[in-house]
Amino acid sequence: MDLLTHPVGLSHYLIVGAILFVCGVVCMTIKRNAIGVLMGIELVLNGANLNFVAFSSAQLEGNAYGLGLDGQFIAMFVIVLAAAEAAVALAIALCFYHNHATIDVDRGNELAG
Amino acid sequence: MSAIHWDSFFFLFFALVTCVFAVAVVVSNNIVRMASYLVASLCGVAGLFFLSGAQFLGAMQLMLYVGGTVVLLIFGVMLTARGPFISMQSSGGQWVLALLTGGSLLAVLLQTVGQVRPIVEPVPVAVEVAAANPTTTQLGAGLVGVRTDKVGQSSDDAKKPVGYLLPFEIISVHLLVVLVGAAFLARAKRRGGEGGIRR
Repeated sequence: MDLLTHPVGLSHYLIVGAILFVCGVVCMTIKRNAIGVLMGIELVLNGANLNFVAFSSAQLEGNAYGLGLDGQFIAMFVIVLAAAEAAVALAIALCFYHNHATIDVDRGNELAG
Repeated sequence: MSAIHWDSFFFLFFALVTCVFAVAVVVSNNIVRMASYLVASLCGVAGLFFLSGAQFLGAMQLMLYVGGTVVLLIFGVMLTARGPFISMQSSGGQWVLALLTGGSLLAVLLQTVGQVRPIVEPVPVAVEVAAANPTTTQLGAGLVGVRTDKVGQSSDDAKKPVGYLLPFEIISVHLLVVLVGAAFLARAKRRGGEGGIRR
């Protein structure tokens, strides 16, 4: 196998990131459970993080496309912001559950409480 | 048969773990199993971070994402998992539409990735040098503006390397405000109908 005997390049990391991103998008569109939608959001953010870290890796040292440490800083900030956003989204989902006795997003079709 | 490049072997292993469990999150109907698959997928991503040289970020991913955010999601799952809400299925028509959208997005992304290949050749020497220097020190120094990865740049004032101290402080305050707000939002509200517990 060519993959096992040669060093792995940048595009392999980007492919994994793309698959993660698309899995997250499909999860966000198809899940009826609100917490399932939140899991999709986490997958999307992890796909983006993997892209940033791949472009900041040492194999792009000296290349014009390399990010150096900037990619890791951005990924660090994304992780913290994702945690904050998951907390708020979960609080909203729990309030919805307390008020309507359902976590199904298909039931959330009225603006009035 | 030529020797196995172990770096690529471990990359393949972690990439398979990540992708298979991410697809399992999408396909599964049981919300509790989706949470478990998400944990496995994020651990695979942490392994990929370690492999590409971001050791501090890999440890951060394990601590914060797997040990924090996903545990938060599991709390939410446990608080709302009653009877019919554990397994909710979508209709076939919705699946067709979602897979069509996801499939076309994946095609566009993979085609873009395919054009990245001619740009970069892997440089093994730089990778080994980076593996010997832990990124924790470099990230900490980089926060205040001492960029160890941009040593050879010009010392012109307009092009001095920038630190990330202000965004760091901003997201620290942001995290505090968000957590206090979320805790307030999700507090247990006293219902007006119940009489006092003490009679």
